[in-house]
Amino acid sequence: MRVLVCVKRVPMTGGRIVLTDDAQAIETKHLGFTVSPHEECGVEEAVRLIEANAGESVVLTLGPPEAEEQLRDAMALGADRAIHLVTDGDEWDAQSTAGAIVEAVRSDEAANGAFDLVFFGNESADSGGYQVGIRVAYALGRPVATGLKGVALEGGAARCEQEVPGGRDVFVLPLPAVVTVLEGLNLPRYPSVPAKLRAQRKPVDASSPTRPQPRLEKLRLVVPESQGKEAEILGHGPDAAPAVVEVLQRIGVA
Amino acid sequence: MSDLPRQARAVVIGCGIVGNSAAYHLAEQGWSDVVLLDKGPLPNPGGSTGHASNFIYPVDHSKEMTQLTLESVRQYKEMGVFTESGGIEVARTEERLEELKRRVASAKAWGIEPVSLVTPAEVKKLVPFIDETVILGGFYTPSVGVVDSLRAGTIMRERGQESGRLTVSANTEVVGIDVEAGRVRRVRTTEGDIEAEIVVIACGVWSPKLARMAGASIPLTPAVHQMIDIGPTHWFADAKGDIEFPIVRDMDTNMYERQHGSGLEIGSYAHRAILYEPEDLPSVEEASLSPTEFPFTQEDFNLQMEQALELMPSIVGDETVGIKHAINGILSLTPDGMPILGELPEVKGLWSAAAVWIKEGPGVGKSLAEWMVHGESHIDLHSSDAARFWEHQKSSAHVKARTGEGFNKTYGIVHPLEQWASNRDVRLSPYHAREQELGAVFFEAAGWERPQWYESNAPLLDEYGDRVGRREAEWDARWWSPIINAEHLAMRDRAGIFDLSAFAIFDLSGPGALDALQRVSMRQVDAAVGRVVYTPWLSPSGGFKSDLTIMRLGDDHFRVVTGGAHGMADYKWLRDNLPTDGSAQLADLTSAWSTLGLWGPRARDILSSVTSDDVSHEGFPFATCRTIEIGSVRVLASRISYVGDLGWELYVPIEQGARLWDIVWEAGRAHGAAPCGIGVYGTTGRLEKCYRAFGTELESEYTVVEADMAWGKVKEQDFVGKEAHLRHREEPPAAILCTLTVDDHTSSAGVARFPMGREPILTRDGNPIVDSKGRRSYVTSAGAAPSVGKHVLMAYLPPERAETGAQLAVEYMGEQYPVTLDVVGSAPIFDPENTRIRS
Repeated sequence: MRVLVCVKRVPMTGGRIVLTDDAQAIETKHLGFTVSPHEECGVEEAVRLIEANAGESVVLTLGPPEAEEQLRDAMALGADRAIHLVTDGDEWDAQSTAGAIVEAVRSDEAANGAFDLVFFGNESADSGGYQVGIRVAYALGRPVATGLKGVALEGGAARCEQEVPGGRDVFVLPLPAVVTVLEGLNLPRYPSVPAKLRAQRKPVDASSPTRPQPRLEKLRLVVPESQGKEAEILGHGPDAAPAVVEVLQRIGVA
Repeated sequence: MSDLPRQARAVVIGCGIVGNSAAYHLAEQGWSDVVLLDKGPLPNPGGSTGHASNFIYPVDHSKEMTQLTLESVRQYKEMGVFTESGGIEVARTEERLEELKRRVASAKAWGIEPVSLVTPAEVKKLVPFIDETVILGGFYTPSVGVVDSLRAGTIMRERGQESGRLTVSANTEVVGIDVEAGRVRRVRTTEGDIEAEIVVIACGVWSPKLARMAGASIPLTPAVHQMIDIGPTHWFADAKGDIEFPIVRDMDTNMYERQHGSGLEIGSYAHRAILYEPEDLPSVEEASLSPTEFPFTQEDFNLQMEQALELMPSIVGDETVGIKHAINGILSLTPDGMPILGELPEVKGLWSAAAVWIKEGPGVGKSLAEWMVHGESHIDLHSSDAARFWEHQKSSAHVKARTGEGFNKTYGIVHPLEQWASNRDVRLSPYHAREQELGAVFFEAAGWERPQWYESNAPLLDEYGDRVGRREAEWDARWWSPIINAEHLAMRDRAGIFDLSAFAIFDLSGPGALDALQRVSMRQVDAAVGRVVYTPWLSPSGGFKSDLTIMRLGDDHFRVVTGGAHGMADYKWLRDNLPTDGSAQLADLTSAWSTLGLWGPRARDILSSVTSDDVSHEGFPFATCRTIEIGSVRVLASRISYVGDLGWELYVPIEQGARLWDIVWEAGRAHGAAPCGIGVYGTTGRLEKCYRAFGTELESEYTVVEADMAWGKVKEQDFVGKEAHLRHREEPPAAILCTLTVDDHTSSAGVARFPMGREPILTRDGNPIVDSKGRRSYVTSAGAAPSVGKHVLMAYLPPERAETGAQLAVEYMGEQYPVTLDVVGSAPIFDPENTRIRS
C-alpha cells in the first residue's frame, strides 16, 4: 500500500497576531512553526494505515527550506520518507500549489507506483483556502471526499465519514482516491525520542518547482478588531458565585 | 486600575520568585507601602519562574551561592512547597569523578551533609531506570529537592498583602522610571504613576530594559536553555506526587533529567549559546506559550537526545513514551555567572534583584530586604554586588562574549584559577609590551591583563633548584607554574618588579574629605600629610566590607587605593558616604595612574640609583609617601608592601608608565631584579606574611577580632561598624584566623597534591570543625610559602581548636592530608619581626 500525506508549514500563533510592518505577512520572529491540526491527523492516519497494511507512507510539503522541520516532524510520527517542493517562502496560491503537487505526485507514482490514498488537511491553518486537495484530486482524475472524521479501508475502497447534524454521511470511494480530513479523525501520537532521531536520517527528496504566474494578488493582511483571547472577570471570592452560576446555566451545564 | 497607589515607600517590579520574595520580606521587615507590580497576569506572569525546572541542588563551590540556596530551602520548607527527592551528579569520565570529589569537599566546607560518592551500582539502586554502564560513579546529595515556585511566590505575596503593607498589581506594565538629581523619583505604569523612594528591578530577563529606563545598567542577557518533557512512562505510573525518584545531573553532557509526575523532564545547557535582547521577547499576548518560552529548535537538541537515550534508555528509548512538550526556555546569564544584587551605582534608590535562579530566589529576596532596611544582609553578597562592574563589563559586547563562553560551563569542570578566553586584552597597562617581550603569562583582573608569571624567568628554576616547589598532578599544575615560586625566591634574594595596574585609585578632596574617610574607615585617617594608612572598611555589623590603603597627599587631599576586583563597589560605598553639601569631591583616577611595585632587599639600591631623592630608611620611613623624581618622571612613591619586603609602590601617570618601567628595569638588571607576577604578589608573597585578602579571609561574616586585626586602640571618631566592633572586642571570638601548613602532601597514589582553597579543614579523624556560630572551618586561601618551603592554608578555627601545633587535616580531592596549625592569629610565618619591611 502507498499513502501520501500533504502538509503545510504554518506559524504557531499566540493570543495576539502581529503583522510585519508592510502588512504583507504575519510577524513570525517570536513564533514556532507547525502544521494544522487537520494535517496532524492526516499524518497519523497515513502512518496507521501503513502500520496495518504494510507499504510506504510519504509526506509532502510545498514550502521554504525551513519547512523540512515539518517533514521531519511527520517522519517522527512514522512517515517513511518525504518530498520537499522548495520555495522561497512566498505564499503560493491554491492553483499553483495544487499544480506543483500534481506534478510531484505524477513523478513519484511513475517511479514507485500509485498512491492508494492522498491525504490533505481540509484547509490550511493560515490561509484556509479549502481548495488544494480538491484541485489535486480533480487534476489527477480521482474521487475526493472532504471534511472527513473517519477514513477506513474496506475491500479495496475507502470508507469515508463526514459529521453532519444528526449523524454521519458515509461515502465509499474506489481507490486511488483523495481525502481531506478534519481534526478529530484520530488522536495523533506524540513522537518518541528514538522516532525523532530516526526521522533525522530518513530521506527527503528536495526539488525546486518553477512558480507559475500567480493568479491571485495579495493586497495586504488585516487583523480583525476583536481578536485574541479575552477573559472576563466575573468577580472575586464568594461574591462571584452568582455570576458563575449564571454562566453555567447559560451554557447549559447547570 | 484606579486603585494603584499614587505613592509608595518601595515599588518592586516583577512577580517572579525574586520579586515576590523581595516584596514580601520588605513588608516582613517592617516597611509598609510596598507596591509589587508585573506587566503579566498572576500567578504566572510569564517570566523564567513560570517554566523553571524547579529543582535545587544545594552544593556549590561558591560559599555565597550556597548560603543563599540554604536560606532559600529553609524558606521553601517553611512554606510547605519543598519536596525532597535527592539528587545525583553522575560522572561519565575520570576527570569528572575527580571533580565530584571537589563537590564532596565543598559540601563539607559549607556544612551540607550527608553527601556521598556512589558507585554505578548504587546509582542504579537509587535511579533504577538509569543505564549504569554508561557512568563511572556519582555524587549523591539526599537533600536535593524540588519546589513549587509559583505557589511559593503566591504564598509570599499573600502574606505580604495580609499584613496590610503590600499592594500587588498585576497586568500593570512599567513604561518609565523617572530619576531626578541622581535619585529615583517615580515609576510610570500603564495604570498610572507611583511616586517612590525605592524601586527594585526584579524583572528577570527584562531587567536591562527597565534599568535603561532609569539611565542605569544591569548587565545580563536573556539566554536559552532547552527543556523537553516526555511521558508517560511505566516507571512513574504509580507516582502519587510530582517526584519520587532522585534527580540526575548528567554533568559531562551538561544535562539533567528529573521526574515530573508521570513523565520525565530533560534539560540541557549543552547547546550553542542562544542569546537575546530583552526587546526580542514577545508580550504576553503575542507569545504562543509565554514570553520566556520560545519555540523549540530541534537541531540544537539532537545530540542531547542521543545522550539522554544513552543514560536512560528504558524511558527515553521506549517508543511508547512521547515528547509532550519542548521549549527553548529563557533565563538570565551574567558575564561572571553571579547574580546582580544591590543598589545600582548610577541611580540612588534604584535596586537590582536580577539574574537569580529558583534555588536562590527566597534567600535573595530576604537578603536584599535586609540590605535595604538594615543596611546590610546576613549573607555576604560581595560577589553578587550590582556595583561591582567596571564600565567595559557593562557593555553588550562583553556580556555576550562572556555569557556565550560561560553558558556551556554550567555543569562544567571549572578550575579555581581558570581564565576567560573571550574579550581579553581590554585594559592594558603601560608596561604591556615589555611584559609580552618577557613572555608574561597574562591573567585577567577587572579587565586588566597582568602577568601571573613570566616565562623568561625559567632560568630561575635552575638557579633555585629544589627550593622551587613542583607539582606533578595535572590539576594542581593547571593555570600555575613553578616559575612563580622561583620569582618569589628571586624577589626575596634580590628584588622583584611588579605590574600592579589593576588597582582602583580614587582621590577624595575638599574640606569634607577627612571626615568622610573617617566615617567609613576603622583606623585613624587623620594622619600627617605623607602618611599611608592601611585600614579595613567595616559593615554596620562590624564585619569586613573592604580593606585598602589611604595616602594623605594634602590636608584636604587623600588617595584611596584598593583592589581592582571590588574597586567599583568600594567606590560606590565611599560615594554613598560623602557629605551632601559637596564639601568632598571624589574622582576615579584608575585610568590616570598606573602602579609599579618594587620590592626585595635590593629595592633601595635600585631605587636610589635612579633618583636623587632621599629614599634611605630614615629619609623615607615605612608607611609614608612622597613624590620623587625618577628620570623625568615624577612618581608618587609609597613605602608599603603587600609582599612583606622592603620596597615601594610607585604611582606613575599612565602615559609615562613605560618610561618608568624602562628606567627601573635597566637599573634593576645590575642588582638581579626579576619581573614578578601576581602569582607572587597575590599568593606566595602575602601568604608567607599571613596578610589577609578581602573576599577570602575578610568578609562581612567574620569580625575584625576573629581576623586578628584588632590592633591598637579604637579611634574616638565614629565610623561605620564602630559600635559592633567595640562589642566584638569585649566578647570572646567565635573563631580565630589561623595559618596552617601541610605536613605531608603525598596522596594514596604517591603523588604530591596541593590544596588550592575552599577545602574543608577537619580533625585528624576526619570530622568537620564547626564554631559556635555554626560556621565550618575551611581554607580561605592556599598557596606556597617558598621562603619557608611550606604550603600554607589559612582558615578560621574555633578557639578550642586554635592551638599552635594542633594536628588537623584538610580534605582535597577525596583524600585527607595532615596539616599543622602553625600560627594562631596574624603573626607571619616568615620574617615575623618584619625586619625586611622596616629595613
